[in-house]
Amino acid sequence: MALADTQTNRIDLRLVAEMVTPGSRVLDVGCGDGELLSLLAETRGVDGRGIELSREGVAGCVARGLSVIQGDADTDLADYPDDSFDYVILSQTIQATRNPRLVLEHMLRIGRRAIVSFPNFGHWRMRTQVFFLGRMPVTDSLPYAWWDTPNIHFCTIRDFVALCDTVGAEKERAVALDVAGGRVGVSAPWWFWNLFGAQAVFLLKRG
Amino acid sequence: MPNRTQVPELLADPLAEANQPSSLLARFGPDKALQLDSGATLEHWQIAYQTYGSLNASRSNAVLVCHALTGDQYVASRNPVTGKGGWWTAMIGPGKPVDTDRFFVICANVLGGCMGTTGPASTDPATGKPWGLSFPMVTIRDMVRAQAHLIDSLGIDSLFCVAGGSMGGMQVLQWAATYPTRVFSALPLATAAKHSAQNIAFHEVGRQAVMADPDWRQGRYLDEGTRPSKGLSVARMGAHITYLSEPALHRKFGRKLQERSAPTFTFDADFQVESYLRYQGISFVERFDANSYLYVTRAMDYFDLAADHDGVLAKAFAGTRTRFCVASFTSDWLFPTTDSRAIVHALNAAGASVSFVELESDKGHDAFLLEEPNLFATTRGFIGAAARARGI
Repeated sequence: MALADTQTNRIDLRLVAEMVTPGSRVLDVGCGDGELLSLLAETRGVDGRGIELSREGVAGCVARGLSVIQGDADTDLADYPDDSFDYVILSQTIQATRNPRLVLEHMLRIGRRAIVSFPNFGHWRMRTQVFFLGRMPVTDSLPYAWWDTPNIHFCTIRDFVALCDTVGAEKERAVALDVAGGRVGVSAPWWFWNLFGAQAVFLLKRG
Repeated sequence: MPNRTQVPELLADPLAEANQPSSLLARFGPDKALQLDSGATLEHWQIAYQTYGSLNASRSNAVLVCHALTGDQYVASRNPVTGKGGWWTAMIGPGKPVDTDRFFVICANVLGGCMGTTGPASTDPATGKPWGLSFPMVTIRDMVRAQAHLIDSLGIDSLFCVAGGSMGGMQVLQWAATYPTRVFSALPLATAAKHSAQNIAFHEVGRQAVMADPDWRQGRYLDEGTRPSKGLSVARMGAHITYLSEPALHRKFGRKLQERSAPTFTFDADFQVESYLRYQGISFVERFDANSYLYVTRAMDYFDLAADHDGVLAKAFAGTRTRFCVASFTSDWLFPTTDSRAIVHALNAAGASVSFVELESDKGHDAFLLEEPNLFATTRGFIGAAARARGI
């Protein structure tokens, strides 16, 4: 099946899948109900594995025939040997980890490439909510009030770029998506992305 | 004595079942001699088993179920000694997670057991007397070797799935490690790749209780017409506590008194939990051989899959193509989740296809035998997906 024929309406997942070479070995960290792993298996023929915190998520994945381990990205990535995967993916999960730097370091150790997608806290809507309302932002991509959110480490695109530099990750590709899922002009400068990208997807490798 | 601790009525004679089981039986001679890890060889031996469902034309739908310490081959049918239903009827049967309308299920009594597979209660062909303590020590790997002979004799090259909990799970892991190409999928539940020091300690208490019974007669009780019922009963009572959890015991019994309104200030079974344990102990004695208990607990104690592979568990599974699904229970303190995680960690390091889930339950180690909807949902999903992958 080609990517264009798939049913998923998650543009960010399709963007991630595009970055994965067909037939490769993939570890999806925080794989939820396995939507991305299924997409990768169907359209890219990947040999996929997942880690998911919730029992319900794992059970759903197992029933779909996916190999998924109930576990915590913050503690369990240490168990994986170096270079055991072609890609390690962290899709919409980095903001829910306790130690994003350590998680990113493990991803770059375990995989030859790392793919990270996350909601951009520097988007203009976030900024205006804080600025004008004086309240923590609640948006479509982050629909939680501050007191019941699983997310604990928000970052902006610029913050993430700084983290990549800190851990010595090289950015092979970077794409920002606006609220409607359209791509923000690739030639645009970082400040523009940081203001108008609602989500970002980075393809990284060890520097 | 409260009526619950009365001896249950038996249907078949357990001593006769050890040699002539009511189930199916495969006999092997010197051409299929069984080499044991201890160095001993069994030239004449037999394995008792039951099957459910039917083998398909391509012989690709066989599921081997491995039983736990005191289980037997009657996994989904009436036990001829106790008259009770199979020990895993929740899991195995028509329309169940292991669907007998779809799969050919095989369950054998383990080597060293007392329900028809050669063990210390069987007759030694060399002497015409029960083996007793002259029976060679057996290991989990020996049990699996014996099962492999049975599977060969049934004309099955590759098992669709090997499944089991506790000691059964140890056999599942051993199967996957010893015969990787013969196991398409593996379902080790509430188990460990090695028996812990704490569990060896519990087993030793049980064995010492058996050996301290004067009727044990240095293991020669079958010859001398006695039975170490008190010792074996105490061993079972102790073990039974380790299979449960405090919440489960509390919910079932709390501190409730047994058929009385006030304590008697004696050592009678005042509490319901005492009466329950006495019942468990006594009913166990009637169906299980004391020497078998010693041998099979010892086999579990010796189990350490990593030790056979330079201490690195991942090496036991190197290059495996088997699909694994590992599950543990939150309240299992005999085989806690950390044991299952160690298995999963090794499988990850070996690049194996593995799923793992820790299931919420307050029923302790025994949860794998009980009605646990989450367990059934997980196993049903895993087995269904594996069957699709194998085209059955």
